[in-house]
Amino acid sequence: MSQTAPSPFEKLEHKHQEAEVIATESRSTWQITWARLRSNRWAMTSLYILIAITLLSIFCPIFSPYTSYTNNLDNTFASPSAKHWFGTDNLGRDLFTRTWLGVRISLIVGVAAALFDLIIGIIYGGIMGYAGSRVGGAMNKIAEMLYAIPHLLVVILLSVVMGSSLTTIIIALSITGWITMSWIVRGQILQLKNQEYVLAAQSMGASSARILFKHLIPNTLGPIIVTVTLSVPSAIFAEAFLSFLGLGVQSPASSLGTLIGEALSSWTIYPWMMFIPASLLSITMLAFNIFGDGLQDAFDPKMKK
Amino acid sequence: MVRYLGGKLINIVFSLLILATATFFLMKAVPGDPFTQEKAIPPEIKANIMAHYGLDKPIGEQYLIYMKKLVQFDLGLSMKSQDRTVTSIISQSFGTSAKIGAFAIVISVIIGVYLGMMAALRHRKLVDNTAMFLAVIGISVPNFVIGSMIQYFLSVKLQIFHVAGLESPIDYVLPTIALSTLPIAFIARLTRSTMLEVLTSDYIRTAKAKGLTPRAILWQHGLRNGILPVVTYLGPMTANIITGSVVVEQIFGLPGLGAYFVDSVMNRDYTLIMGITIFYAVILMAARFITDVLYIFVDPRIKLSGGVVKS
Repeated sequence: MSQTAPSPFEKLEHKHQEAEVIATESRSTWQITWARLRSNRWAMTSLYILIAITLLSIFCPIFSPYTSYTNNLDNTFASPSAKHWFGTDNLGRDLFTRTWLGVRISLIVGVAAALFDLIIGIIYGGIMGYAGSRVGGAMNKIAEMLYAIPHLLVVILLSVVMGSSLTTIIIALSITGWITMSWIVRGQILQLKNQEYVLAAQSMGASSARILFKHLIPNTLGPIIVTVTLSVPSAIFAEAFLSFLGLGVQSPASSLGTLIGEALSSWTIYPWMMFIPASLLSITMLAFNIFGDGLQDAFDPKMKK
Repeated sequence: MVRYLGGKLINIVFSLLILATATFFLMKAVPGDPFTQEKAIPPEIKANIMAHYGLDKPIGEQYLIYMKKLVQFDLGLSMKSQDRTVTSIISQSFGTSAKIGAFAIVISVIIGVYLGMMAALRHRKLVDNTAMFLAVIGISVPNFVIGSMIQYFLSVKLQIFHVAGLESPIDYVLPTIALSTLPIAFIARLTRSTMLEVLTSDYIRTAKAKGLTPRAILWQHGLRNGILPVVTYLGPMTANIITGSVVVEQIFGLPGLGAYFVDSVMNRDYTLIMGITIFYAVILMAARFITDVLYIFVDPRIKLSGGVVKS
């Protein structure tokens, strides 16, 4: 380009600034979302339940006079009583303590796995969406192939290879779980990347990484938050599933899945051993699911299911 | 259309190759071997055993041998159950799992679609709210909890069903319920949200204006479009039912493939673990492929667009 054409635009002075004055208090997207969420009774109830469960799982084991491994072989299979609120198990261990420790482990696994999904998913999905069709397409193919491999089988295989521990489960769940997240991010980025503000940033010489992480990702947060919330219960389920089969958290540590699995052999006679952890597991997952649904509605009322 | 399905097939083959390779090397990375026992075996005997199963060769060679046999559908000998091939174990135990799985799929689709349609027709009414609340519960309560609960209440307490085992046809009822709750809930939600969209679309209005009966509108125009996402869900549903069968077979003591899978993992029976993993993957991929083919028949728009479809 040798010569710039004279600009067809003429600069005007701002004269009518009064016209721009906003009469009502302006609300950010977050405030609107929060207001919508707060008016959803089910979602708020779930949120309170989740907070209560989290607090109980933190404090109950601390203030309990027992630990997960104090056993008393003279008092096995005790029914719930003032001394042992949830009874005792086959080794006389206090089930109240073990159950809340189990809830704690379930929550840790769920949240940790969801966070790892989030990090890997955002990075991979962001690049996949923002890169050109060749690189992005190849990355998508890889993700598709990995996704085709059955989820829980991979988790089972990995827990065999790495031994069963909390870390293993979290790693195994993250290895398989990030793909959905990366697709959500990719879809969002593909929609957004042709917007003017991206062009503006590009023309100002911003690097691809800056555009991706400063401009595009923050605009995709809504769906991302919803996906994270909904991936917590599936991680909790996967952990409980593995522990139920005896491939997850090992005794003396307990998770809800372990407790349910242990109760299975004797629960026709001692039903509370099963009922309590099973209901806590179900309530936790239910609360996460309902809260996630509520979040989804709050972020995108058009998508109302 | 041929190109579209061909591409899908190539994808499947690649996925299976990746899976087989990954599984193979993962298994080799496991510390300990299937012949580790409490009583140490003399080293000569151990060397003989290792040679019998080809475990003494370098790992690259073992891999090539395994892949070569795999292509010929030979999954090798089980390392724990003596003189049984993995293929024979799978073919013997899969029948049970397949029957329960098939029941679960059929029941899930029928009940799920019905619930979803009813909910969409009575949007925001009692039926809708109840059905959707049940669906969230169905999605949230893990299948092993449901399995154990119905076993306790229906078998132990009320003694309607046998607690475990698979002797008479009635024994299929409980495992099928345990397996199908999650898919039913999922399908109901899917069907409802699509039907809500479909029922407000222009062609439904046209159909009404033409004077078609509500029944014809619902079944011919509504359902055909409303069922599309359910067809897509066929793949993930198979995955759910496969993994679900692992715990459900454990709970109800059924001699199915899932039970063998858990045993093989516990026993470190390499060949059996690999064999079952690959077998499960093949079923899953087959389900996905069937989904793609079905889609062509259910969705008329695919034919019109000349076969280039982005799913």
